[in-house]
Amino acid sequence: MNFIQMIIPLNITKTISDWISSIMPETAANYTIMVVIAVAYLVLFAVAGLYLVLLERKVAAWFQLRIGPNRVGPWGLLQTMADALKLVSKELTSTIKIDKFLYNLAPYFVIVAALMAMAVFPFSKQFQAFDINIGVFFLIAISSIGVIGILLAGWSSNNKFALIGAMRSGLQTISYELSVGLSILTMVLLTGSLQLSEIVEAQRTGGWLILQGHVPSIIAFMIFMIAGTAETNRAPFDLVEAESELGAGFHTEYSGMKFAYFFLAEFINMFIISSIAVVLFFGGWLSPFGITDNITWFPEVIWFIIKVVGLIFLMMWFRWTFPRLRVDQLLTLEWKYLLPLNLMNLMLMAIIIWLNWTI
Amino acid sequence: MSYFSDIYKGIKTLLTGMSVTGNYFIHARKGAITQEYPDNRETLKMFDRFRGEVVMPHTDDNRHRCTGCQSCEIACPNGSIEIIWDRAVDPETGKKKKKIDKHIYHLSMCTMCGLCIEACPTDAIVWAQNFENSVYDRSKLTKILNQPGSSVLDGIED
Repeated sequence: MNFIQMIIPLNITKTISDWISSIMPETAANYTIMVVIAVAYLVLFAVAGLYLVLLERKVAAWFQLRIGPNRVGPWGLLQTMADALKLVSKELTSTIKIDKFLYNLAPYFVIVAALMAMAVFPFSKQFQAFDINIGVFFLIAISSIGVIGILLAGWSSNNKFALIGAMRSGLQTISYELSVGLSILTMVLLTGSLQLSEIVEAQRTGGWLILQGHVPSIIAFMIFMIAGTAETNRAPFDLVEAESELGAGFHTEYSGMKFAYFFLAEFINMFIISSIAVVLFFGGWLSPFGITDNITWFPEVIWFIIKVVGLIFLMMWFRWTFPRLRVDQLLTLEWKYLLPLNLMNLMLMAIIIWLNWTI
Repeated sequence: MSYFSDIYKGIKTLLTGMSVTGNYFIHARKGAITQEYPDNRETLKMFDRFRGEVVMPHTDDNRHRCTGCQSCEIACPNGSIEIIWDRAVDPETGKKKKKIDKHIYHLSMCTMCGLCIEACPTDAIVWAQNFENSVYDRSKLTKILNQPGSSVLDGIED
């Protein structure tokens, strides 16, 4: 059972893992540790997702000169907890002639894909559940699975709006997957590694990658944020939900906890896109100018969270500023602008690395 | 080269939009337009054009401006206004003259269309700005707008 220990370096939970290993046989201990980590991640990101919903509502309110939720708990901090409690207690309804199996399966596809991606992120040097050498590749692969859940949800709902929404989601995700992949590839060219922890370590000397790669890095970052917003199906690319035309799009027919899964998955996906951007462009958990490098007890995960929240705020800023694109505008933006620019940018990055012009 | 100028223009206009909303975001703490209603009940002032309910203003000596012409009753599309009127002898001229006995207003039926107020030739009825109209008995929503013992203000008919 060395295999499991090899793929799960458990530095942050070392004391716990030692204790578990001491009270039960090795195989059982390994499985127990895996379950404990899985449960910890589930709880952590469910709560994180809830607070992202609250952040979204507060930020939206401030952008619209409102106050936002401020009744449940101090400053409305318990608002989304109350909402989640309400959703858990609600009846799971469905329409007639749905495809029951796929209808029930779809939310799990979406949420599991979102949570699986969380496993590979290096939140700090010790806080990483699954450090594989193809981390970036794994992330791209996982983020493409979520769209299957959305397509299943739309297809099985037996509702024309849900089907239109799901088809739009397929179209959008397949198109923008290219831009996400190519802009990530541009940065991988600079680091020469697909392992997320190594990408972060490469930025310890020589500054964050957005500085090391200067012009092509900044272009790649802009394209990544645009395509990432489209990947998460958020405004201005929310053709999938498009409240004014499709009701709620693919999750029109869902209620209660299954709806909550879709809702939570959207916010966790936002967290994932921001986390990828932080790792690839902004140095992951590294502190700016190394100001906390000498403080050994300082939890580096704080820097990671600060950077991620900053980028999430940027995505929220997009959402509450820009109007929704039409389908043809969406495809024009991807195929006529982002993709050619991205290919040119990849060439530019290759030339810069070849001529050794990186900072 | 319109391809690149399009990109430039696109980025520029997007940033303009973001600066506008960003400016709102920064000033949201002071400039929030939200009314925290039940908390600010004492200080909340509705704007002048708000249509709460129809009222008949009276002067200090209990005079109103309604001549009982029934224009409002005719103008009302769903019969929310009923006027019970009478004829009384005017003590000055000795002629019989129309005067209102009760100006009955059914708030429960009113759609706040405002046609009665537009129809009134003497501006006897106006909009009030109150909105807390809930009661436990719907008969309380039938209101008599003229106060008991009130009379029409002199010189309104002229």
